[in-house]
Amino acid sequence: MNKLELVSALKNSTGVSKTDAARVVQIFFDSMADALSEGERVEIRGLCSFFVKEYKSYVGRNPKTGEPVEIPPKRLPFFKCGKELKERVDY
Amino acid sequence: MALTKSDIVDMVCELGFTKKESVRVVEELIEIIKQNLQDGDDVLISGFGKFCVKEKTPRRGRNPATGSDLMLRSRRVVTFKCSGKLRDKINGKLPVKSGSSNETKN
Repeated sequence: MNKLELVSALKNSTGVSKTDAARVVQIFFDSMADALSEGERVEIRGLCSFFVKEYKSYVGRNPKTGEPVEIPPKRLPFFKCGKELKERVDY
Repeated sequence: MALTKSDIVDMVCELGFTKKESVRVVEELIEIIKQNLQDGDDVLISGFGKFCVKEKTPRRGRNPATGSDLMLRSRRVVTFKCSGKLRDKINGKLPVKSGSSNETKN
């Protein structure tokens, strides 16, 4: 399922207009992206939570050539599956 | 301070929905995502990331507390793959700590 399909599914199940459904989906993901870019945590009960993990610089290797490369420090979002979702997805 | 569902509901309210309606629409959105993943379907949000359902094969594990062997059954889990756009956004906005950034303000 992609974003467009999510928008039509939301439109069909709630009866809001397609424009509004698209806006809600946009707000949902934009607000999470904004929070994470500020280094803030995100917690959506039953679905998932995210926090930003800081990685220090380290010497990695180019897997193709085996050459050592310096990896600069970076931040990555860390995803944690919510309890309800975890139980529902598992058999 | 973490971003929560109620913050998102407040933002949806600003579109002109009532509070009750906003809660309903946001809850419904979350339910659709969950139902999709439950059905084993990935959810791809361009510019944000991809929620994938992964099948895990059974493997031998160990109870870290007692050290006893145990068998982990096959299971299904949700993973998240961050999009390049989101990664750039997270790395671009805040100056990286540790003083290695070239423009440290003193």
